[in-house]
Amino acid sequence: MQTRLDSELSRRRLLGAGMALGGLTLAGCASTASGPSIGRVVVVGGGFGGATAARYLKMWGGNVDVTLVERNTSFVSCPISNMVLGGHKQMADISRGYGGLKALGVKVVQGDVTAIDAAGKKVRLAGGGELAYDRLIVSPGVDFMVEQVGGLQGALDSGRITHSWKAGPQTVALRKQLEAMPDGGVFAMSIPKVPYRCPPGPYERACMVASYLKTAKPKSKVLVLDGNPEIQSKKALFERAFRDHYSGIIEYRANAELKEVSGLTAKLEFEDVKADVLNVIPPQRAGDLARSAGLITVNNRWAGVDWLTMESTAVKGVHVLGDATFSAPAMPKSGHMANQHAKVAAAAIIQLLKGEPVNDTPVVMNTCYSFVTARDVVHVASVHQYDAKDKTFKTVPGSGGVSAAASQLEGRYALSWADNIWNDMLNA
Amino acid sequence: MQISVRTAPRLSVWAGVLALAAATAQAQTPAPNSHLARNLAATCANCHGTNGNALGEMKSLAGTSAERTIALMTFYKATPQPEGVTIMHQIAKGYTDDQIKLIAGYFAAQQPRK
Repeated sequence: MQTRLDSELSRRRLLGAGMALGGLTLAGCASTASGPSIGRVVVVGGGFGGATAARYLKMWGGNVDVTLVERNTSFVSCPISNMVLGGHKQMADISRGYGGLKALGVKVVQGDVTAIDAAGKKVRLAGGGELAYDRLIVSPGVDFMVEQVGGLQGALDSGRITHSWKAGPQTVALRKQLEAMPDGGVFAMSIPKVPYRCPPGPYERACMVASYLKTAKPKSKVLVLDGNPEIQSKKALFERAFRDHYSGIIEYRANAELKEVSGLTAKLEFEDVKADVLNVIPPQRAGDLARSAGLITVNNRWAGVDWLTMESTAVKGVHVLGDATFSAPAMPKSGHMANQHAKVAAAAIIQLLKGEPVNDTPVVMNTCYSFVTARDVVHVASVHQYDAKDKTFKTVPGSGGVSAAASQLEGRYALSWADNIWNDMLNA
Repeated sequence: MQISVRTAPRLSVWAGVLALAAATAQAQTPAPNSHLARNLAATCANCHGTNGNALGEMKSLAGTSAERTIALMTFYKATPQPEGVTIMHQIAKGYTDDQIKLIAGYFAAQQPRK
């Protein structure tokens, strides 16, 4: 009996979600809408882009078969993860499950997509299953160009150095290193040249680590090695935070591009910096799946899209969201923006499946809060309207901007923003 | 000609047919922006909650009268960022007056969550 059950389970697993899709889709229809399905959409990647797309396809599309493929069992948010490094939040605070999407009728498949067959309109899963689609959404986030920093791959593999630029085990690992660091130690972090995921994130990280060390290990230092010529977002606000709260703790160095790591030594062009804890945010490009699927069109790094639909400019029927895209002018790579991309894509895909024209005047906007202390926060905001002549999003002159000063009011809004966007994408 | 005898009724019949055809054509090919209000309002959901039902400190917009939302957004658009306030003066300036009307109308029609 046991053997038969096992083989039945493995048969189902092998046949994969293609089979399971039918059954679960029926369940989804029963709870949301009736009538024939208007099409099958597979979403690869359950982060800010992919999860939002799945939710909005269901909410706006009614009878759309939506399958979300995600390799992790739960979502862990990069935004707010620097608060975990500072000891002000726990991992549970930034983690959410996919149950809310399942409750809406989204079929959630835990697994990895190994290949996209755009001609055959199907994706292959690790383990052998296949999922057929009418439209595919790929929201792969970023992967790292570790080859640009000598010794980095081995250092990351060994766990000696963290990137912590994808929240999850890497967040936990860096927090443990900080807890184990002796008072009087040096925490050094390296920031790659732009563009990278979350422009203000590294400077928030410096503040959060410093906020922990300031009380727990006050003789310690935070050394920020920035590959860029200056702070890349909310510059005056971060400079003020470094000065007002972390004078004598944070040391900021511009044009300090990391060339190589050796042990816990960061090798720059003209000097070596020895650290007790070394955090390297590596240079980034669109996620591996974007590369293997031929979606990368710009600088060997980013996926070009038609901004009206988020459809790849290289591969028909495949829509790309979030950090992996070649950003429009002044458009940040952020979770908030990925969520907005997803809504443009969801609306367009439903229209395309119905054979109707897509919205030709989409708008997206961004809000990004950064903690400079455990309670004080600064923001940057922007609004981007589609420009039909240049076929791209452009920021509206006179709109957007940054906080006048850090405040606790924005600290409360930042945490509420997180609750609301996590709920908006995951129904949880 | 024979037709002229019955011109009047024929005209009215044809008018009806044409109107029906036009209506059918409209139903088959809706305007590109048939969901514009919904799509625009969704840009607010990251903070103000899905369909305007916010969690925690953020203001819920579901069920707010269109007049109130339009008045607030118009004020935010027209004035510089006062001391001590946060973000909406910067965001409102990114939307046109027509977009604000659509957004306001959409949220007014949403059910506030109990």
